[in-house]
Amino acid sequence: MSIELRNISKKFGDFVAVDNINLHIETGELVALLGLSGSGKTTLLRIIAGLETPDSGEVLFHGEDASAVKVRERKVGFVFQHYALFRHMTVFENIAFGMRVIPRRERPDEAVIARRVHELLKLVQLDFLADRYPSQLSGGQRQRVALARTLAVEPKVLLLDEPFGALDAKVRQELRRWLRRLHDEIKITSVFVTHDQEEALELANRIVVMNQGRIEQIGSAEEVYHHPANAFVYNFLGNVNLFHGRIENGRVFLGDTAVELENTHAHAHPETGKAVLYVRPHLLEIVMKPNGKQTFPATVKSINPAGPQVKVELVAEWGDMVQVEISHERYQALRLATGANVFLRPKEQKLFVYQI
Amino acid sequence: MASQPRREPKRPGTADPPWVRIALIAIALVFLALFLFIPVIAVFAEALENGIGAYLAAITDPEARAAIRLTLMTAAIAVPLNVTFGIAASWAIARFDFPGKQMLLTLIDIPFSVSPVIAGMLFVLLLGIRAPLGGWLADHGIRVIFAEPGIVLATIFVTFPLAARELIPIMQAVGSEEEEAAIVLGAGGWQMFFRVTIPNVKWGLLYGLVLCNARAMGEFGAVSVVSGHIRGHTNTMPLYVEILYNDYQFAAAFAVSSLLTLLAIATLVAKHFLERRVVPARQEQDDMAVKVAA
Repeated sequence: MSIELRNISKKFGDFVAVDNINLHIETGELVALLGLSGSGKTTLLRIIAGLETPDSGEVLFHGEDASAVKVRERKVGFVFQHYALFRHMTVFENIAFGMRVIPRRERPDEAVIARRVHELLKLVQLDFLADRYPSQLSGGQRQRVALARTLAVEPKVLLLDEPFGALDAKVRQELRRWLRRLHDEIKITSVFVTHDQEEALELANRIVVMNQGRIEQIGSAEEVYHHPANAFVYNFLGNVNLFHGRIENGRVFLGDTAVELENTHAHAHPETGKAVLYVRPHLLEIVMKPNGKQTFPATVKSINPAGPQVKVELVAEWGDMVQVEISHERYQALRLATGANVFLRPKEQKLFVYQI
Repeated sequence: MASQPRREPKRPGTADPPWVRIALIAIALVFLALFLFIPVIAVFAEALENGIGAYLAAITDPEARAAIRLTLMTAAIAVPLNVTFGIAASWAIARFDFPGKQMLLTLIDIPFSVSPVIAGMLFVLLLGIRAPLGGWLADHGIRVIFAEPGIVLATIFVTFPLAARELIPIMQAVGSEEEEAAIVLGAGGWQMFFRVTIPNVKWGLLYGLVLCNARAMGEFGAVSVVSGHIRGHTNTMPLYVEILYNDYQFAAAFAVSSLLTLLAIATLVAKHFLERRVVPARQEQDDMAVKVAA
């Protein structure tokens, strides 16, 4: 089922949670709503589910206005961040709940319910836990039970609110892959909310980057990561260094150093010429000697060699902290040590300059 | 002689020396004995002073039976009403933000902060024969003050915060997510209420019910003002005890008292077991799982 949002706005008191949002989600898509807390992503998800009513605008399911459709008749599945499992019911009863509350005339009989519950438990690989209570399960297991419970009512749309937010890193990765496979299998239109950019990039067909109740960019992982629409998106997706500088006559000044940059779409403040530059840590290179106007001096503050890349923290000449990621080979070749005076060079011209 | 290293008694650095602990425990026990155990034993000793036959006669006396009946009836009306009110109020307070919410919370506490005697006086002033409302009711043949309805009303008034006060924090701790989950899964309002809301607060609810019942049966002050002490008609058990006592019928007074004491002990036992259930239920949602090998 496709979802269409038209001019959706929602306020809580004076706080604008969702500000005039338009969004179309195709049948079978897996879409991520990505943003910081307070960006309105959860509110938007709850509006789609019908748990919140928008102040204005309309939600269309399959081209039909859903405003008048009650939550329980919308055929949406909602997975809560903290699972919201019924704590006084066993796993089996949790999953059966959606079928047990169907009016008696249409309710499947007990044998059908039991069969369906066990099918779902197999799907989430937890068949052996049917008689446990939620408090006896691990976080990852709880979340899978919550998902099975949601799928039991055969929703047309699956909405997930920070589904892996409360889990530890390892379990999160596992569940992520598992959800991806599940989606490939059952092809249900799905929307999930996350503040974790990695999760969004890895899982979603399309990413909706949200900020202060508005959509900053909609696109594939490739598009939002490599072709960010604006500084916010660039800043939000991945680590980034932030330099305060000036632009004069097309030349970028960082502190007192003029750094010649090609291909930057430099838009400085028309009067002050002030600008903010964003550079990803892996797009900076450490060199030992200055190289014309493309390098600037910095001092090594700390080195963290744990991980696939060596993370080096430096202080630029004008005082900004800079993070650089280099390969282990390069690190060994440079013989870097804390306190060393080095030079930094942007590798590619993928800098982002934004006026302030 | 080889010097043995001196062995300090092992105890954590924060623990007090043994004599402090022993002294504190002793003080607590003496206090408990003086103010609780001895009086409780005294009640039963006095009640059985003239033998078991006199004891049974005292509590099966027609006036005693009438008092017991009235007490049970009052509790049977007041407790369900206040539990219903408690569920409604705590649900509204825990789930919704509405103007006057703080006001409602304060109002619920009024019966706690007002002396029961004054509560009784309020009903007399409002519903007594000389008051307009009471006069009107009397003209229509309904007697409230110095009759059973007054006793029931006064009891409802004094017990009315008990269930609500117990349920509000539990409802707040449980949160509304499970209820939302139920609705999204297709449950109707009543299905949600009986299958999710009530089971989640059931131990707290029972606890509130036990407290409410104990207070309803034991209330003296407010009931005393509105009852008029008509023997065999408007005497509840606590009032009847007082009358017997004032008549120098000590053994009988203590016999009826012993019934109330038994009720109190039963309440404490129930309270003890329910508390053990209520506290874990409150903690459950923070509790991370007992990990089960996946």
